Amino acid sequence: MYKLRIRQLSLYYDSLQALKEIDLDVESNEILAVIGPANSGKSSLLRALNRLYEIDYARITGKILLDEEDIFNIPINDLRRRIGIIFATPVVLPGSIYKNIAYGPRLHRRLKKKRMDELVCDTLKSANLWDEVQDRLDDSASRLSGGQQQRLCIARTLAMQPEVIMMDEPCSGLDPISTAKIEATMLELKKDYTFILVTNNTKQAARVSDRTAFFYLGELIEVDKTQKLFTSPVDSRTDDYIRGRFG
Amino acid sequence: MKDKIAEKLLLFIALSAILSLLLITFFIFQQGIPLIFKAGLGNFFALKWAPTRGGFGILSMIVGSLMVTIGALAVGIPFGLAGAIFLAEFSSKTIQKTLKPIIELLAGIPSVVYGFIGIVILVPFIRETFGGPGFSVLAASVILGIMILPTIVSISYDALLAVPNTYREGSYALGATKWQTIVMVLLHAARSGIVAGIILGMGRAIGETMAVIMIAGNALKIPGSILDSVRTLTSTIALELGYAAGDHRAALFACGSILFLIIIVLNIIAIRITSRK
Repeated sequence: MYKLRIRQLSLYYDSLQALKEIDLDVESNEILAVIGPANSGKSSLLRALNRLYEIDYARITGKILLDEEDIFNIPINDLRRRIGIIFATPVVLPGSIYKNIAYGPRLHRRLKKKRMDELVCDTLKSANLWDEVQDRLDDSASRLSGGQQQRLCIARTLAMQPEVIMMDEPCSGLDPISTAKIEATMLELKKDYTFILVTNNTKQAARVSDRTAFFYLGELIEVDKTQKLFTSPVDSRTDDYIRGRFG
Repeated sequence: MKDKIAEKLLLFIALSAILSLLLITFFIFQQGIPLIFKAGLGNFFALKWAPTRGGFGILSMIVGSLMVTIGALAVGIPFGLAGAIFLAEFSSKTIQKTLKPIIELLAGIPSVVYGFIGIVILVPFIRETFGGPGFSVLAASVILGIMILPTIVSISYDALLAVPNTYREGSYALGATKWQTIVMVLLHAARSGIVAGIILGMGRAIGETMAVIMIAGNALKIPGSILDSVRTLTSTIALELGYAAGDHRAALFACGSILFLIIIVLNIIAIRITSRK
């Protein structure tokens, strides 16, 4: 059962083609790592999947199916609720920790105060942040450390009850301990969600992912079981990148 | 050696600006404050204004100043904020580059011209549509509201532009619509800039004299409705200073002192809000 099916996907910024006829399937409850050097189209792929590319005035051709349904037939707010994204730099919204998490759910439905409190508590626990912030939910979210902010963003995405969580280099600005916490969080959450992890850190891809896709200059070079891709890649460019010969 | 001279010269010029502010402050208070104590606070914050016969009550003018200022904000805030949101979030770069200077040009029109337009167009319109003398709180509010638009629009616009794009992305990524993003994230993040713009506009409204004299009617009483005419602190000073002498003159300076205090308080609030991050 495939969660997402991507067929012949191309994405253009004006005349620049950032993705070239990508065919890729994402299985339910897997962590799919996407690796590749800069300008390989990794982030563009994520922005295509939840139609965030539209605010960059980019355009796409091809098909993307979420649970076999064309994403262009899904109302955009609903799509972005079902496919959440975590950015490289944590984007905390102005306001308290509590408000940051409540923001998403409030956009979509009314919740009783008690129900919202539970949701905030549950999602913070799932994101491994509860113990650190339980006494100061009303503090400004911008006072948290970088790693905490990123876990807050994960909690905020979880509060939307998404199906797919995309992460765009979520640990690029974080120290090893924070990185380990986020990786542990992903592994715990895998049973309920599908992850797409864009990362510049090939070791991270090897540590957490089930399958890995290698992108280069907008093309999908190869995708395989992580174990297989890292030990015996088919394409020489993949091999070069993994061994650090370029990129 | 030349550097030293230039430095000293610049220091002198910088200090002279501060010095003139201090002198003005000192002069106004020195002329005005003794009268407040001579007349007594009870007599001063009262209704009877007959400065040649010992009546120094300026309450109706304080109320008048506050009413037209609140009225101006009631007109200026919704229009100014809506204009800023439109410019910052809904229009292309070309439209922004054309519209913003035009709106700022509003600030360059002399206030007597605003008053003139008020007399010729707005006052007769109010008289015929709503009744009353036409020269009224309403007329003054509308004209002042337009006069403070450029301040509110351009400061709020700058504040909205300064909101990092990541906030917009983060909000859209959670499934928010453009409108939800503006109301729940952008206005919140730009709040301090917007409030500062409003307070600066408010300072302008409360200090405005010429346009208000021309269209507010200048009747010396607390207005019963927004269609009644009204006299502000600034109007009183401008209208009477030409012939005032003795205690009357001192009373006008006392009005100035009160106005000065109100504006200082507003500015302190504005600085507090903008520097808080």
